[in-house]
This record gives sequence, structure tokens and C-alpha cells, in this order.
Amino acid sequence: MTGLPLAPMARMAGRRLLYAVPVLLAVTFGVFAIAAASPFDPVKAYAGTAGFSASQEALDQLRDSLGADDPFVTRWWDWLTGVVTGDLGESTSMRQPVADVIGERIGWTVLLCAVAFAVAIVAGTLLGVLAARRRGGLLDRAVTSAAYALEAAPPFWLGLLAVWLFALQLDALPAGGLTDTGTDVVSFGQVAEHVLLPASVLAVSQMPWFVLYVRQGVGDALDEDPVRGARSRGLAERTVLLGHALRSGLLPVLTLIGTRVPELITGALLIETVFSWPGIAAATVEAATSVDFPLLAALTVLATAAVLLGNLLSDLLYGLADPRVGFDG
Amino acid sequence: MSVRGIRAAVSVTAAAAVLAGAAACSNPDADDDSGGSGGDGATAVIGVANEPDTLSPLLGYGKDGNSKLFDGLLARTADMELRPALARALPEITDDGTTYTYKLRDGVTFSDGEPFTAADVVFTYETILDPGTNNPSKGDLEAVDSVEAEGDDTVVFRLKYPYAAFAERTVLPIAPEHAAGKGDVNTGAFNTEPIGTGPYVLDNWRKGEKLTFSANPGYWGGKPKVKKLTMAIIADDDIRATRLRSGDLDGAILPPNLAKTFAEDDDKQTVAATTFDHRAVTLPTDNPVTGDLAIRRALDVAVDRDTMVDKLLEGRGKAAYGPVPTDSEWFAKGTERPYDTAKAEKILDDAGWRADDGGIREKDGRRASFTLYYPSGDKLRQEHALAFAGDAKKVGIEAKVESGTWEVIEPRMGEDAVLAGGGSPADPDFDLYPMLNSELAGQGFNNMASYDNPDVDTALVEGRESGDKAERKRAYDKVQQELTENPGYIFLTHIDHIYVVADTWRGLTTQVEPHEHGFGSGPWWNVESWQPAK
Repeated sequence: MTGLPLAPMARMAGRRLLYAVPVLLAVTFGVFAIAAASPFDPVKAYAGTAGFSASQEALDQLRDSLGADDPFVTRWWDWLTGVVTGDLGESTSMRQPVADVIGERIGWTVLLCAVAFAVAIVAGTLLGVLAARRRGGLLDRAVTSAAYALEAAPPFWLGLLAVWLFALQLDALPAGGLTDTGTDVVSFGQVAEHVLLPASVLAVSQMPWFVLYVRQGVGDALDEDPVRGARSRGLAERTVLLGHALRSGLLPVLTLIGTRVPELITGALLIETVFSWPGIAAATVEAATSVDFPLLAALTVLATAAVLLGNLLSDLLYGLADPRVGFDG
Repeated sequence: MSVRGIRAAVSVTAAAAVLAGAAACSNPDADDDSGGSGGDGATAVIGVANEPDTLSPLLGYGKDGNSKLFDGLLARTADMELRPALARALPEITDDGTTYTYKLRDGVTFSDGEPFTAADVVFTYETILDPGTNNPSKGDLEAVDSVEAEGDDTVVFRLKYPYAAFAERTVLPIAPEHAAGKGDVNTGAFNTEPIGTGPYVLDNWRKGEKLTFSANPGYWGGKPKVKKLTMAIIADDDIRATRLRSGDLDGAILPPNLAKTFAEDDDKQTVAATTFDHRAVTLPTDNPVTGDLAIRRALDVAVDRDTMVDKLLEGRGKAAYGPVPTDSEWFAKGTERPYDTAKAEKILDDAGWRADDGGIREKDGRRASFTLYYPSGDKLRQEHALAFAGDAKKVGIEAKVESGTWEVIEPRMGEDAVLAGGGSPADPDFDLYPMLNSELAGQGFNNMASYDNPDVDTALVEGRESGDKAERKRAYDKVQQELTENPGYIFLTHIDHIYVVADTWRGLTTQVEPHEHGFGSGPWWNVESWQPAK
């Protein structure tokens, strides 16, 4: 595969980057506005259980020190000017600089999401092709109805179900955490064993979309002239299915990759909480309920960037797969 | 580009992401240790429900002692008596009760090898009291006027007013100035990488998952037998119980109904701790129904506390008649109120609260009805609230039970009743003063019922300022007597805390526990002194 159109691809990425700046500004401004409008009180959240026995004076000092009474526009501007100079600010809920919080956690979230996404795409495509091969057949009906059912199931519920079945009833897999409770060693074996359940649940919650898209795409392609032509030339069923039908049926899936990223992130949010996975998604929940502005803003920027990158990736892949689309978007 | 090309591109991207993730997470410094319940007693894995927000004493960690990583000037024994820790004796107190002098222990070093001196004590207290330090519990030290070092081994506290309970506050952990003084006190590295004089040092803290500690070989009190200690954070009771059963944990805190399921296990022991942890209904003074004396006194004898203990706590607790539990030396004997609905109805009838149809009583056109909030998700408080409302209904008073988050409840606390909880055992002043002093009405969560009784206010100050124990006892007896005359809160139960631990250790004890029971409570309050059974 020589001659990748690198120049137009780079131009597209550059255009998207410029476009991302106002999006990120608007999103962070929105986060500050929503957090300020939420009923959560940053002072109470900071004090935690100690707040129930705290003196009014201590609470007033905290309010002052946390700047909880400043208007959110001021806080947003302070945060923004800090970020421009490379200072992400300090997380009040974690009592740590935001950069440290993210640095410690992002690797684990990337690992979880990457494994889950890879499994969802591969397994989803496989099942989709198998279902499309004989539409209306037993396998197709089983796969399709399972896909619809799973589509409707919230990931945290699937997570709790998986914990109940695999950890509590079968005692086959650990219920949560990164390693066994008694050990500190972050070895490959330990992490592999512990990532299996959360990643599978996240993958299963994403898979229905890929199954249904691939099934539809491949199924339609099977009825198209080129595929019928291939069949009539006596090509092997395998070649027809994978070489012809899947190729054109895969196009919508590429778009799907980009659009599934936000769902993947919200899924990870719930999965990490259920499985005590020490990633950034679990920190997001904490940051939101504690009205931890700097951490919340940084995590939102990350999530937004992931969505924009996902879209860029799928557009680039689409452009590569179907030259008619090009890189002008 | 071929299909194969697309697939290759997709898989390359995914693989790259996986590799990037794996590379970012390597943790090469952890040493190999199979962990879990080895059975020899040298490692302990404990399951707890909550984790601390910070490990810095400057922000409030371990303020009530037993912090594992640090020591206070003083510490408490199993019987809740003060004993010297970093101080070499109990403090010398001047006759007017405003100056406390502590002589410090010699030869104590922090886990990084630096010596512990009076400067560290001054640093710790002054930093906590600094307005820029975000420590919500700094009100505990409100009485402190100044802290001064005299030489390397003497510290003098001067108080704004005589405060008899002050020595109890000095179990507060001492942080090293040379380490904790670097960086921002509110967000600096010391919050997650603490250094102390305590029996354990922190190995690792994976937030939301667990903290691991190892024994401090140079501990001044002798090296602990439990060499490795893990505190696993498991919020869900059922999961904690399951992991205890599977041997993943050596001990855990459990609600009574789950603890019961371990009663038949030969290799587990159940340890129950008595507490000051009360559940009570606030009766706001400003609400015309709950502020009415007859309603208050009627409710106080209309609630069936013993049945609540039996049914809601499975017998693991005691009926409560005030913040001080009946088995405390500070309890005013004779203030127990027996369950007596006839008496309650008579009080209401006499005061003019009547119900002609046998339903909800009325007086001057006002129904004897109020709203009772409990924090949503708290099953135990919900059950208490419903039991209270059921008992109230029997004497013709309606408590409409509703749930809400604290954000919903807080603005309504002046008007509506709340199923509240609290309690700290070290000194009666710690509960009674903030709960009943009229000056603190409506301030944060202090005096939630806006209780206002001048006799109580006077007695509270007497009890706080007097250095004479008999005089203090008289003052607090007076407060408890007043609570039977004019109950601003209906106290329901004191709740035992239940722990299940593997039989690997012998002679486990508990202290009398507060409402907030984290690492410092439970049989592992003194894990540094645990002895293996074999």
C-alpha cells in the first residue's frame, strides 16, 4: 500500500486542530457554568464527613481559600490563563496537582478502553459478517436479538451482573482493582487477569453497534451487483464474503468508530467505578460531585479531545477506504 | 487501498494504543510478595468502606489518633485513657487551665531518619491554624492561642480560655516540618507521600483501591509483628463480605446481618465495638410543631427504643437517651426514659393537642405534623426514620418521612426534622457543646435543631472550663437532666460497630468508637501491637 495521500491528510488534521480550539474553549466554559449551577457545594464536598462537625469559622475560611464564592467566569479565566502557561491547576478533591492526577491514571484508562474497543470491533465485525451471511437464519436471529438487548442494557448494570456471576458465583475472576488485594506488584499477569472482566463488559456494551452496522452493511452488499457478479464467476464463498461484501460493508463501520468514542468514554466512566479501576474516568465522577473545577475542566478537555480525534480518525480512514470522499471535510 | 490495508490500519492503531497504555503504567519498584492471608500473621489485609481524602495530618488525617503513619503527643489506651506517645508524660496543666506544657520523648526519628523535635510540633499546630490551610477540622483547636517551643524538647500551648478537654485534642498526629513544610500544604506531595514517626510507613496508595503499609523498622515503640498491612477500599458491603469469605481479606467491617453469616466459621472471630455513634431525630425549635414542648416530651417517651435495637440493629446496640451512651461514666444515671405511650398521650391531652377522631392531633387549628428527612441511600437511617414515624403515629403525631441528598436537606434543617447521626467518645464536650449550645444554632451542621436553653448553655461552659472532674460531671448531669425536660432531639440508638477478623491473631480489642470510623477504629486500631496466634 504505497502512496498514502499524506499531504491532504495532514491538511485535514491541521484544519481540524484549528477548529478544535473554539470547541474546547466553549466546552470548558460550559463545564464551569454547569458546575457553578449545580447544587453541589464545593466547600461541603471538600470537607467531606469532617464538614458535619466543622465550625462555621473553619467552613468560612475554606470557602474563602477555595475561592468558592468567585463568579465562575473569573474562575474559568484564571484556569485558562493558568493552562496557557502550562499550569493545569490543583485538584481540590484529590489534594494533588491536576497534572499528577492525570499522569497517574490516564495509562490505565487508555489500556482499558483500547482493549475493550479492539475486542468490540473485531468480535463485532466477525459476528456481523456471520449474521449477514444467512440473514433470517438461526444465528442471525440469535445475534441480532442479543445485540438489541445489549444495546438497551446500561454498562454499569452489565458490570454488576458480571461481578455477581464471574466473581461472586463462579469465583473465576477478580471483582475489581488492578491487582490482587494482598500484592503491590503490577505484573503483566496480574493486570491481564484484572483487566479481563471490565474490558469484556465494556466491549460487550459497545459490540452491538458494530454487529448491527456490519450485518446491515455486509447484508446489503451481498445483494449488490459486484458481489452477485463475483458469486456468478464461481469465486469461493469465503472470498465473496470477506473480499467483496465486507469491503464495501465496512465503510459505515469506519464512521461508527469515530462516533462510538463518546459512548466509550461514558461507558468507561461507569465501568471504572464499578470495578474500582484506578483510571481517570473514576476520577471524573469524584471531580464532578466535588465541584473540583480544575480537575473537571482538564478531564473534560481530554474527553473532548478524544472525541475530536475519534472523528478525525474515522474521517481519515474513510477517506483512505473510499477515495471518492477525499480529505476536504 | 485494499480492505487488508484498512484492517491493518485499524489494528495498528489499536495495538499502538495498547502499547502506549502498557508503557505508561509500568511500576517497577514494587517488590514481590504473594500477600493475602498467609496465615502466619505477618501480613494483614483489611477491608474498609471509606478511604481518607488525604494522608496529611495538616489537612485533618488521623486527627483522633491511631493514624498508623504518625503519632500524636498523646495516644489513647483500649480503655480510652490518655497515655504519653511523642510526649514523655501527660501534660502539666496550670491551675487556671489555660497553659499546657508537654515534655517530648528523646531519640524519636521520622521514617526518613530526621530527628523529631519541638519545632515539628509547633509547625504542625501553627500550620493547621493558619487561615490558608484547608483543614475542615481546625475548629477542634479553636481554644489554642499560641504554641511555642522551649528548647528542643518542650512545647507550651497557651489557650484563649480554660478548656478541660484540650489534652484529648493532642492525639493529633505530628508532621515533620522538613518534609511537610515543602510545597503547598493543600495540594503538595506530602498529601500522598507522607513521612511520620508512626509504626508503619506508606508503600503505595492506589486511590479508590487500596493503601499498603509496611512496618517501620525504627519505630520507637518497637517493630510491629504485622509487617505488611493493606487497607482495601471496598464500598459495597456484600462484595466486602464475599472477599472476606474467599480469603482475599483477613478482616473487614460488616453490617450486623452480614457479620452473622460468619458466626459458624471456625477460622473467623467477630469483634463488636461499643460506640458513641448515635442516631437521633432533630426537632427544630423554629417549627411550631417540633418546637412545642408537649410534642417534644411526648415523642421522647413514645418511641420504642428497645424494639429499634432489637429489630433494626439485631441487638447490636443500645437505647439512647442523649449523646452520652448509658454505659459511659459520663451518663447521668436515672435519665433513662421508658417507652410509655399512655404517658405520651396524657402529655399531649393536657397540653391541648387533641384528636376527636383518633387520627392526627390538632391544637388551635394546627395539625401535629412535620416532615422528617433522612439522607438518601442510608438504609439504617431510613429504617430508624420509619420506625420513629410509626411510633409517633401511635400517639397521634404525624412525621412525614422523606429522603434527600444533603444538598436538599441542609437548607431545610431549620424547619424540618432530620434523622441525624454523630458522636465522639473522647470527651462529653465534643458532642454536647456543638450540638446544644444556642450560639451555634444553624451554623453548619452544629446544633441542627437550633436548641436554645439558657441553663444548658451555662452548664456547657462550666463543663468545658472546669478542671475538676466532679464539677464537670455535675455540669454534664445537668445538661442530660435538661434534655429529659426539654428534648430538642429524640435520641434513638447507639450503634455497635461489627468487625469480622481471621483467627490468625489473638487478644484483639477495640476502643469505644466514634461515628466516623475509618482506619483508626476497629480491632486494627492498634494493629502495631497484634500478636500472631501461633
